[in-house]
Amino acid sequence: MSRNQKSTIVNQKSVLLWLAPLVFLALFYFYPLGSIFQVSFGRGENGAATAFQDIASSPALWNVLWFTIWQAALSTLLTLAVGLPGAYLLARYDFRAKPLVQALAGIPFVMPTLVVAAGFNALLGPRGWVNGALMSLLGLESAPIRFVNTLGAILVAHVFYNTTIVLRMVGDFWSHLDLRLEQAARTLGANPWQTLRRVTLPLLLPSISAAALLVFIFDFTSFGVILVLGGPRYATLEVEIYNQTTGLFNLPLAAALAILQLGCTLGLTVIYTRLADRLARPLSLRPARSTQRRLITWPRRVFAVVMLSLLFGLLTAPLVALAARSFTRLESERGQPTAPGLTLDFYRELGVNRRGSLFYVPPVTSVAVSLGYAAATVALSLAMGLPAAWALARDGGSKLNRALDPVLMLPLGTSAVTLGLGFIVALDAPPLDLRASPLLIPLAHTLVAFPFVVRSLTPSLRAIRPRLRQAAAILGATPMQVLRQVDLPLVGRALLVAATFAFTISMGEFGATALLARPEYPTVPVVIYRYLSQPGALNYGQALALSTLLMVITGGGMLAIERLRIAEVGEF
Amino acid sequence: MPTGLVVDQLVKSFGAVQAVDGASFEVERGEIVALLGPSGCGKSTILAMIAGLERPDQGQITWEGQPLAHVPPHQRGFGLMFQDFALFPHLDVYDNVAFGLHMAGLPPETVRSRVKEVLEWVGLPDFLRRDVNTLSGGEQQRVALARSLAPHPSLLMLDEPLGALDRSLRERLIQDLGGILRATNQTAIYVTHDQEEAFALADRVIVMNAGRVEQSGTPQEIYLRPATPFVARFLGFMNLLEGEVRVENGQPGVKTPLGFWPVKSPASGAVSVLLRPEQVNLEGNGLGSLRGKVLQRSFRGSTCQIDVNIEGMRLRFEFPSDAALPRVGQEIRLSFDPHRALHLMIAPSVQA
Repeated sequence: MSRNQKSTIVNQKSVLLWLAPLVFLALFYFYPLGSIFQVSFGRGENGAATAFQDIASSPALWNVLWFTIWQAALSTLLTLAVGLPGAYLLARYDFRAKPLVQALAGIPFVMPTLVVAAGFNALLGPRGWVNGALMSLLGLESAPIRFVNTLGAILVAHVFYNTTIVLRMVGDFWSHLDLRLEQAARTLGANPWQTLRRVTLPLLLPSISAAALLVFIFDFTSFGVILVLGGPRYATLEVEIYNQTTGLFNLPLAAALAILQLGCTLGLTVIYTRLADRLARPLSLRPARSTQRRLITWPRRVFAVVMLSLLFGLLTAPLVALAARSFTRLESERGQPTAPGLTLDFYRELGVNRRGSLFYVPPVTSVAVSLGYAAATVALSLAMGLPAAWALARDGGSKLNRALDPVLMLPLGTSAVTLGLGFIVALDAPPLDLRASPLLIPLAHTLVAFPFVVRSLTPSLRAIRPRLRQAAAILGATPMQVLRQVDLPLVGRALLVAATFAFTISMGEFGATALLARPEYPTVPVVIYRYLSQPGALNYGQALALSTLLMVITGGGMLAIERLRIAEVGEF
Repeated sequence: MPTGLVVDQLVKSFGAVQAVDGASFEVERGEIVALLGPSGCGKSTILAMIAGLERPDQGQITWEGQPLAHVPPHQRGFGLMFQDFALFPHLDVYDNVAFGLHMAGLPPETVRSRVKEVLEWVGLPDFLRRDVNTLSGGEQQRVALARSLAPHPSLLMLDEPLGALDRSLRERLIQDLGGILRATNQTAIYVTHDQEEAFALADRVIVMNAGRVEQSGTPQEIYLRPATPFVARFLGFMNLLEGEVRVENGQPGVKTPLGFWPVKSPASGAVSVLLRPEQVNLEGNGLGSLRGKVLQRSFRGSTCQIDVNIEGMRLRFEFPSDAALPRVGQEIRLSFDPHRALHLMIAPSVQA
């Protein structure tokens, strides 16, 4: 068979595989985004671009844009400052607590923003542990530490969230970097600082920049953290889009802001994919085991202890505070004096319809709603992600695949609130009227989860080389046995990982859901936000109880991924 | 006053693994010393400790009489060439070679001329701006050598520098390497598990076993008079017998399971006996003699190997290829001059 013929056949199959994912993206990504364009350019009395003139002439909106950029830049720098020493420690040293730290580091990544916000609230908020302790110790009337509604809260939460990205992307790469390159530099007369600057950092640079860019994108489009921890004084573009949509009903302005934000993140995403490509530079990577040493000298031990305490504190304190606070009563409720102490009241209240209203649903219902949406998201994102990943794995180098690969990643660079806004604008009128459809939210979640699903499936699909199946067949395996012994073990775990990603993302998604959720079917994060924005110790306690439940569900999912992770170097 | 390097009673373990166990040796200035031993015998660990990359658990290393314990690697002024070269992938050939010169803070013109000079030595004068990732194995080896030579290291250590290359390339590079090291009167330690490399390059060979020095000497001394059964076996000798030095019928000699042979030796008591494979003839002239059945014949070019079953032991002998040789299965009588063919080593046992 000639080469040409073969590649045509491959292409035809690839086109078939691409069909479903592309139709899906066209209907639920490009069409809504196109509608946002139409809304922002099409309405307005002076024709096009009225909304943009509004933005350009509004100092308040300029401030929002400026704040969005510099808080993201500052958060990214702080994240690198914490993450890089941590990555060094995890990459270059072997110690007993390491697996634990690695498992812990994975948790924030899938923690819903609302849970994290609630966690920091429970730790440092006006009713939190630290302030509570200080008040009773010093006999104060009011909370001495102001954390909630400050810039510090935003920055700390962002560092909490994204340190894990630096640890994972830079740390994984670093742990495989040949130790002998640094040793060669030392024997050539470079001191430790020169070695770091002239050898290690240049070699790490692609992974550091890729991690920094990803962190910046996440901070740039931050929503839940800013909304809950930043308070009314701080707004990013994302929050402003939400406010313009839900509070002021100024859809054209929201749409114009969404386009502005989209332009920024798309530009950054393009840079990110370029950098990710450069990660494939010819380095002879070593098994991590060969690059690691034990902590033998005292300066290293001190560094390790300081770094580990910082990481442990940062990664666990808010979540532990959250769980502990959800079981603790610290003040009387509704005027009835109750002794402070352990309580299950907050959890009990979750099942009670206190208002007795017909439309009001007890909070525990939201858990069922979220689980339902998550199940639908898993099914949808696997149905769309599997063929796309398959097509990419078959022939990653083909022109078609090289062109489509970045398209698949577009939803990653598109903020969730923008997606939600697009759905509101596009899908509530014919030809596609999904306003009342229970599928609306799973569709939005699928878009958010889609890049993660494709990225976790592709490497292991690629790992099934024809050679392996041939080898199995020559060793006497029947086609059924090949499927059972070769294909399923290789893809089965990847499918589980992808499904878990989709599940946890859907459980915690807040940005799009905040715009799309219907009052009678709220998801867990929506209910948490509702409680957090209402006064009273009972509401606060219920928010924490519900957050704890969500943390357990998503944390369990993440632990499952950790156990199932196939490749040592993930693509995220 | 010792000149050069003195390694004294080095001990290093990694967890439960005792990598180096009391190794001592010296390297004089201008000398090329080969550390020869099987993989895992601690050779590379010793280099890492001399370079300052690993810290000895016990023992001391001195250079020109100065203890090195608290001198960090970059201040020792030594060079180390790694087994798989460890070229910096983010730098081109020129910047790789210039790295150590930049670290020494030399002016740009000096750096440029020195880089050109060493690249000419290694035969790559036109490779200045080549990407190191596109070089062949032999070219990478030469760049790595140039890089470690460029800053004039007072001691150059080479860790299996030819290990990753194929045989014909290796043969050629051994010659080139020896030429360059001698032309520059470079003090060098050459680590290898290949006796041919060690013999071809080194003024002196140090045989290592299980983290200890087993024997030190010129290539000839090592080959002709291996000090221990381990050295003999490592050099490929198979004919090792247990023996006892004693006097029989008024004649001093050595008693082995295969017979008593008269031989003069300063040793007494239990010894290991090496029967040299090439010192045996089929003509029947010699004081010693053996009878056996030919098991296998194997043509090796200039020589032919013959494996013979002698009283249940398999011994191997070498004859010139042009000699009239017995067939497989044939009963033969071998004779030898004990003084030339037997080498006695003081050792409790020859159990493999």
